[in-house]
Amino acid sequence: MSKLYSGAEIVFKCLEDQDVEFIFGYPGGAVLPIYDELKNHPSIKHILVRHEQGAGHAAEGYARSSGKPGVVLVTSGPGATNVVTALTDAYMDSVPLVCISGQVPTHLIGTDAFQECDTTGITRPCTKHNWLVKDINDLPRVMHEAFKVATTGRPGPVLVDIPKDVQFAKAKYFKPKKEKKLNGKILNGFNQKDINQLINLMSGASKPVFYTGGGVINSGPKASELLRELVSLTGFPITSTLQGLGAYPGDDNQFLGMLGMHGTYEANNAMHDCDLLINIGARFDDRITGKIDEFSPKSKKVHIDIDPSSINKIVKVDLSIVGDVGDVILSIIKTLKNKNLNLEKSNKQKISRWWQQIQKWRTKESLNFINSDTIIKPQHAVQRLYELTKNQDTYITTEVGQHQMWAAQHYKFKKPNRWMTSGGLGTMGYGLPAAVGVQIAHPNKLVIDIAGEASILMTMQEISTAVQYNLPIKIFILNNQYMGMVRQWQELLHEKNYSESYSKALPDFVKLAEAYGCVGIRAKNPNELDEKIKVMINTDRPVIFDCQVDQDENCFPMIPSGKPHNQMLLGPKDQEANKITGKGKELV
Amino acid sequence: MVKSKSAYSTPTKTGKLDTHIFVVWVDNETGVLARVVGLFSGRGYNIESLAVAEVDHKKNLSRVTIVTTGTPEVIEQIALQLRKLVPVHKVANFKRENKNVIFKEMALLKVVGSQIKIKKALNTCKKFNPVILDKTNKSVVIQITALRREIDIMSKNLKPLGLVSVSRTGAVAMTRGAETFN
Repeated sequence: MSKLYSGAEIVFKCLEDQDVEFIFGYPGGAVLPIYDELKNHPSIKHILVRHEQGAGHAAEGYARSSGKPGVVLVTSGPGATNVVTALTDAYMDSVPLVCISGQVPTHLIGTDAFQECDTTGITRPCTKHNWLVKDINDLPRVMHEAFKVATTGRPGPVLVDIPKDVQFAKAKYFKPKKEKKLNGKILNGFNQKDINQLINLMSGASKPVFYTGGGVINSGPKASELLRELVSLTGFPITSTLQGLGAYPGDDNQFLGMLGMHGTYEANNAMHDCDLLINIGARFDDRITGKIDEFSPKSKKVHIDIDPSSINKIVKVDLSIVGDVGDVILSIIKTLKNKNLNLEKSNKQKISRWWQQIQKWRTKESLNFINSDTIIKPQHAVQRLYELTKNQDTYITTEVGQHQMWAAQHYKFKKPNRWMTSGGLGTMGYGLPAAVGVQIAHPNKLVIDIAGEASILMTMQEISTAVQYNLPIKIFILNNQYMGMVRQWQELLHEKNYSESYSKALPDFVKLAEAYGCVGIRAKNPNELDEKIKVMINTDRPVIFDCQVDQDENCFPMIPSGKPHNQMLLGPKDQEANKITGKGKELV
Repeated sequence: MVKSKSAYSTPTKTGKLDTHIFVVWVDNETGVLARVVGLFSGRGYNIESLAVAEVDHKKNLSRVTIVTTGTPEVIEQIALQLRKLVPVHKVANFKRENKNVIFKEMALLKVVGSQIKIKKALNTCKKFNPVILDKTNKSVVIQITALRREIDIMSKNLKPLGLVSVSRTGAVAMTRGAETFN
């Protein structure tokens, strides 16, 4: 007869069989048996966070930067409710997480016991799937299935709720079965006919554009390599969503920059005017499309995605290809090569006028800003940070707001998995704990959280985690004392009524850093910026960098609400220029 | 038009609404109905009726029948979203006008009143194979099976004849002929 293991042991045996190295968690009454078992499993290291939301975001940072699922361990009740934000964030941005939560003993479920909550009920809409394990004999199967569901198809978070008595109960353990098909949930439903049809469209197009998203990153580093090959093979321009940055090199000439609400002029105009739009692993998010009725009106649309429910959800497409984008791109490349179409040459002539048009849009230099030599412009700070870190393999996380958009616009990513940001949910407070997770996955790499002073205060406590584990993360705060994006919207749309968007009592971030046991640096003017950034990079400890920037700077370009892609609001330089031409016309 | 102050787009015109019947095979496990129903409420879809029961004890399968309305895009989304749920095995969906599918709903109707009224009530039900489940001097419980619309009409017509209580199962569906859903 095979050996019996306790529920807690089974949890760890499963984690070992799934090659889990790190779990992010916080102990409490209902998970104590699992924490008790931790000491017997030296291959698994537990990272103690300061708040369960931090555990979730750290696991997200870990997952996104490493491609492996992040594992979270929390207690019942408040432990589980605190992790809900991170689960929702992971669900929106398709990050594979396995969250294990403790639950009150089965006989107390439903009695409003101490630290009881309906965890599976609360997390049902923010996970791909969740389980309440009431019978110890189900535990091994459920644990393995949890990893399977989280990591296959479109990745996402799952939760396994384990009552305390089940953690003590004993049962047999079995290893994960190899390649058990999950109700046909693994979909690679495309065939050669689809690919041929796409290639027909591609060879017929005169104004094509690739629009790529986080799906390329999620498909693995190989998919990014293939994407580069496809783009150079076709000669088409390419733009990327916020989540897709890094899949294609940001400094390449065929790259138009990010698209969407704060995307570049050339990317958005290319989307509007194109005659063939090829969406690879993106989901037509409302920050991307602008006004749906006038979204890319003249184009044939192709959508390549692993999730069939993404197709035709927002935008009706002419051709859909359901499958892992890496596999699909490989298939496209193979077919292109087999047919020996020599698209590179034939296309170049065909789309040369398209490129001329794009060059015209590029001359607008829509990311431009008016720099200053007395005050640090936030865009300038990000540009300097990029210049000073671009020669080493750097991982960037962000919080949410203006600084996030400036980071996306001015930091050029060359590789996938180097950019971790909360796109779908837009969670302020994401970046610091995510940086913790990234640094855990890549202990010898430079990890920087480009932050805002308002966001950072939401999960500030996790700097203590970084100090505890000697994680030399760099928190680069673009401090303008405002919730900048809120202030920008109030300025543009609510008659400058800056209702509650100014933080009157900010902490002294340098002293705060010292109080936490890390290093604080402050930069107040552009002259000292470079020097101080270098000090930050060369400090082998966690750093909080208080970069005091222009309070009134707005993030441009932008697509105002309810407007299509070709009606962008450009920055102050261009507005100034337009005014002059306007007056000039009056004179005539 | 007032200038929008929202960061979100304004709603665009909606298409024509159709009534559809979804048949969903699910693992009969705790919370599975909440997953299906939560999907509808969470994404703002409509449920007009819902019928669910285990149909295969050995395989532990339940069959859920949901009547809903939506634009063609919404109906397509519902089907795709349902298929993503882990305990869902298969999803079929039919337009209400589909002649190859039988839709039926059962209703229990309690009529209280004089013998004359009860007799009239039974007469009104004649078309729908009424079965008398309980009868007293003053009351009758009638079982009918019919289409949803027909039961709607019946309830209306029986009101003046002393209808005091209606209990309905929600529609269930099955294909005609030898084929089954796939």
